[in-house]
Amino acid sequence: MADGSPISDDLRSIPRLLARNARAFGDKAAYREKELGIWQNWTWAETAEEVEALALGLMTLGLAPGDHVAIVGRNRPHFYWSMVAVQAAGGVPVPVYQDSVAEEIAYVLDHCGARYAVVEDQEQVDKIIEVKDRLPNLETIAYVDPRGLRKYDHEHLKPFVEVQEAGRAARTELGGELKARSDALGWDDTCVMLYTSGTTGRPKGVVLSNRNIIETSKASADFDHLTQGEAILAYLPMAWVGDFIFSVGQAYWCGFCVNCPESATTMYENLHEIGPSYFFAPPRYFEERITILTIRMEDASRIKRWMFWTAMDFAKRVGPALLDEKPVSAMDRFKYWLGDIFVYGPVRNRAGMSSVRVAYTAGEAIGPEIFEFWRSLGINLKQLYGQTEASVFITQQPDHEVRADTVGVPSPGVEIKIADSGEVFYRSPGVFQEYYKNPDSTASTKDEEGWVATGDAGFFEEGTGHLRIIDRAKDVGKTASGALFAPKYVENKLKFFPNILEAVVHGAGREMCAAFINIDLTAVGNWAERNNIAYASYQELAGHPEVLSTIQGHIEEVNASLAEDDMLSGCQIHRFLVLHKELDADDGELTRTRKVRRNIIAEKYDDLIAALYDGSKEVSTETEVTYEDGRKGSIKATLEVRDAKVFEVKALEAAE
Amino acid sequence: MNAMAGNYTTADGRKIGGTLMEMKHITLKFGGVTAIKDISFDIFEGEIRAIIGPNGAGKSSMLNVISGFYHPQEGEVWFKGAKRPTMKPWAVARQGIARTFQNIALFDGMTVLDNVMTGRLTHMKRGLFAQALWFGAAEREEIENREFVEKIIDFLEIQHIRKIPVGRLPYGLKKRVELARALAAEPQLLLLDEPMAGMNVEEKEDMSRFILDVNDEFGTTIALIEHDMGVVMDLSDRVVVMDYGRKIGDGTPDEVRSNQEVIDAYLGVKHD
Repeated sequence: MADGSPISDDLRSIPRLLARNARAFGDKAAYREKELGIWQNWTWAETAEEVEALALGLMTLGLAPGDHVAIVGRNRPHFYWSMVAVQAAGGVPVPVYQDSVAEEIAYVLDHCGARYAVVEDQEQVDKIIEVKDRLPNLETIAYVDPRGLRKYDHEHLKPFVEVQEAGRAARTELGGELKARSDALGWDDTCVMLYTSGTTGRPKGVVLSNRNIIETSKASADFDHLTQGEAILAYLPMAWVGDFIFSVGQAYWCGFCVNCPESATTMYENLHEIGPSYFFAPPRYFEERITILTIRMEDASRIKRWMFWTAMDFAKRVGPALLDEKPVSAMDRFKYWLGDIFVYGPVRNRAGMSSVRVAYTAGEAIGPEIFEFWRSLGINLKQLYGQTEASVFITQQPDHEVRADTVGVPSPGVEIKIADSGEVFYRSPGVFQEYYKNPDSTASTKDEEGWVATGDAGFFEEGTGHLRIIDRAKDVGKTASGALFAPKYVENKLKFFPNILEAVVHGAGREMCAAFINIDLTAVGNWAERNNIAYASYQELAGHPEVLSTIQGHIEEVNASLAEDDMLSGCQIHRFLVLHKELDADDGELTRTRKVRRNIIAEKYDDLIAALYDGSKEVSTETEVTYEDGRKGSIKATLEVRDAKVFEVKALEAAE
Repeated sequence: MNAMAGNYTTADGRKIGGTLMEMKHITLKFGGVTAIKDISFDIFEGEIRAIIGPNGAGKSSMLNVISGFYHPQEGEVWFKGAKRPTMKPWAVARQGIARTFQNIALFDGMTVLDNVMTGRLTHMKRGLFAQALWFGAAEREEIENREFVEKIIDFLEIQHIRKIPVGRLPYGLKKRVELARALAAEPQLLLLDEPMAGMNVEEKEDMSRFILDVNDEFGTTIALIEHDMGVVMDLSDRVVVMDYGRKIGDGTPDEVRSNQEVIDAYLGVKHD
C-alpha cells in the first residue's frame, strides 16, 4: 500500500473492504459502543455477519439495486452496518441529519425517493409518520430502539432485529443473489449520497462513487500514516461527509475501530475513556473545551491557578516549537518535561487527548490563540479545508507545517487553481459525480474538465505554498464607500472571544458596518454567577447592561485590530446589538453544520437591521421560534442598540 | 366498556387487569384532626391512578397509608387479594410497593448510580459479610443488580450523570433520579408524590413521557398525586378526588371533570 500505487480491483467497494477486513483482522475490534455502562465490542468478523444479515433482511423486504435507503440516527454501529448492508444489496445509503425537523426529512426522503428508512427511535419514527402522506415511495421503516413503539401500527414499521432475523433465515435462499449484487459493485457505482445543508436554498444530494470515497480515504490515510491500530470516536453527525470519510472510508480502508458514545450527552466522558489516536472536531469544540477548562481553573485554588497559567505561558513559547521539531534549548526541554508531568499531561488526559497522534479541525476558521493553546499542550492539531463535493479533502496541513492562518497544501491527488475573481477551484479523484436530479446545479458547480468551484475566495501564500481562505466568494463585497467588505473575517475575529458564540456582520453596500451578536451562555453565565448577577433567561442575560458593555469592549478591540489592516479597515463595526435568542438551525438561521445563513437572517430580522442603520437607541421586535418538536412560538423583546468606538485608519495613505 | 370494573383494554391499547389494591373505609386521625375520613377506592393492575385535591385535602396522607408509613385507625388495606396486616414500611416495600417523595429524599453525597443501587436493596439476599468481601454469590448478585440498574439509567436517560453526586444536580434531574431509584426496586405498584412539582413545562413534558413509558414498558401500576390538572387529566386512567379528607369524586378524567362537587372544590363556591 505504498503511496501512489493503484488500488487493487479487489478493494473497489466498501463491502469488499469489509470482506478483506474480516479475513485480515477478523478478531480485531471494528466497532465499540457503550451500552448499559459497558463498552460492547464487535469484531470485523462479527460486523461482516451483522451486515450480511441486515443486507439479506432488506432484500426480503424487496430492496432492489439502485433503491435509496434513508438512515436517520445518532452514531451507532447499527447505522454504520446499515450503510454497508444497503451498499452490499446494491442500494444507495442516504444518511440524514437526525436533528432535522419533519419538513427537512420529508424533503430529503421525497427528493431521493427512498423506499426504506432505517431509524433510531420513536422520535424519528414520529417525524416520518407525520409526513408519510407525502412520501408514496416509502415502504418500510426499520427502527433500532423499540421503546414506546409497541402500540404503533406496524403496517410500515419493523424492528431492526426482526429485519436481521428475516435475513438470517433467508440466507440459503438469497445468499447467492446478495453475493452477486455485492460483487457487481464497480468503481463508478454510487457509494453514498449526502445532502449538503447549503447556506442558500434547498439541500442538494451529492452523489459520491466508490472511487471517490476509497481513493480519497487511501490518499488521506497515507498522508497521516494511519494504521489498523487507530481508534476514533464517532460523534459527529452521520449525514456529514466528514463522518463518512473518517468512520467508514478510512476505517474500512485501514481496518481501525470506530467507537460510538453512549449518548450525545456523555461524549466528553466517553472520549476520556477511549482516548482516540485520531480525532476530528470543529473549531467550536476546541473553543468550548478551553472555555470549560478556564471556568474550572477560575474555581481552582490559587496555587493550582498559578501553576496552570505559568505552565501555559511557558508552553506557548516552547510547545509548538517542539511539535514542529525546531531547535529548543536543553533547559527549555527540561522545563517543558516538568510542565508535562504536572500540567500538560493531566490537561490532555482530562480532555481525552492523551493518545491523540493526529487531530484535525475544519469547517470554520479557528482562533489563533485557541489553535496555539492545543498545540502548545503537545497535541498535533492541524487544519484541513474540504467540502462534501470533494469527498472532504482539498487541502490539509502536513506535520511540522502547521499554522493558524492557512489551511495547508493541496491534499495528495488534488489540483487547485485560483480564478481571476479570487475564487478557489479544485480537481481531484474525490470530485463528486453529480447533484442528484439537479443537472443545472451540477453544471454550474463542476465544469467539463472536472474543475469544481468552491465558492470561497482565497490565495496561495508566496514562499510556503499554503492556501489561505478569506471568505465566501459571494459574501465578499464592497461597502458604499468602496472599501472591501469580508463579513466572515470580522465575524471570526469576534467569535474568538469566549463570550461571543456567533456574530453576523452587515455592511455590503452600506455606508458602515454593523453587527448582531449572540452571547455564549456557558461563558457569560459563569461570569454572571461569579459576579452575583441574577438572570432568569437567556434573553435577560443577553440584555444585561454589563454584558453589553463587555461585548462592546470586545468589538472595540476587534475594530482596533482591523484599523491596522489596510485592506479590511473599512469593516470596523460602528453599531451592534445582542440578539435576544440564539441563532438556531431549527429556525433555519444556521445550517445543520452551524454555518450562518445570511439571507435568511437578513430577511427575518430586517427590523433589527433597520434599527442598526437609522440611529435609534432601542428596538422592539417579535421573533418566531421553532421548538424541537416542530411547533412554533414567538418571543418578544426590546433590544438596546449600541455604538462602538471606531479607529482612525492609519495605514490608508500608505496603501494608496 | 365499564371502566370501573377492571379487566379491559384502553383506547391506546394497554391491558388493564383486575384489582391490585383496594382501600376499604380508611379513616386516619392525628389527635383530634381527621386527615382521611372513610375513603374507599381501588387500583387496577396496570393502570395509572391519580389522587387529586386542593391543598390539605389529605392526598399525601393517603399515599402514606398505601406505603405503610401511616397506619389508619379504621379501615382495611387489601393488596393482591389479601388483607394487609399492619406492617413496617420496609415490609411493604418488600411486597412490591415503591415510592418517590414530594421533597426529594435522596442521599446527596452519593452518586446517582449509588442512589439508584440502593433501590435494589430489597433484592439483595447475601449477608453483610459476603457483601463486604464481595465474594462468589455476592459478586454475582451485585453484577446482576448493577445490570438492572443500568437498564433503568438507560431508560430514564441519565447516563451522563451516572457518576455525579446527587447534591450537585438540578432539581428536575433529582426528581428523575428518585424515579430511577423507585423503579430499581421493580415495584408492582409505584407511588409518585407530586412528580411534577416545581418543574417547568419542558421538564413536565419529559416526566410525563417517562411515567407513561414506565407504565407501558414495565407494566407497572402507578398511583400518583399531582397538582397540575392538565397533566393529571392527560396521564391517568382514573382519578380519585379528595377534599377535606373526604372522597368527592372517582372516575375517568372526563367524569371527574364534569362532577359539580369537584368543580366547586377547585373553583370555590359562593356562600350566601
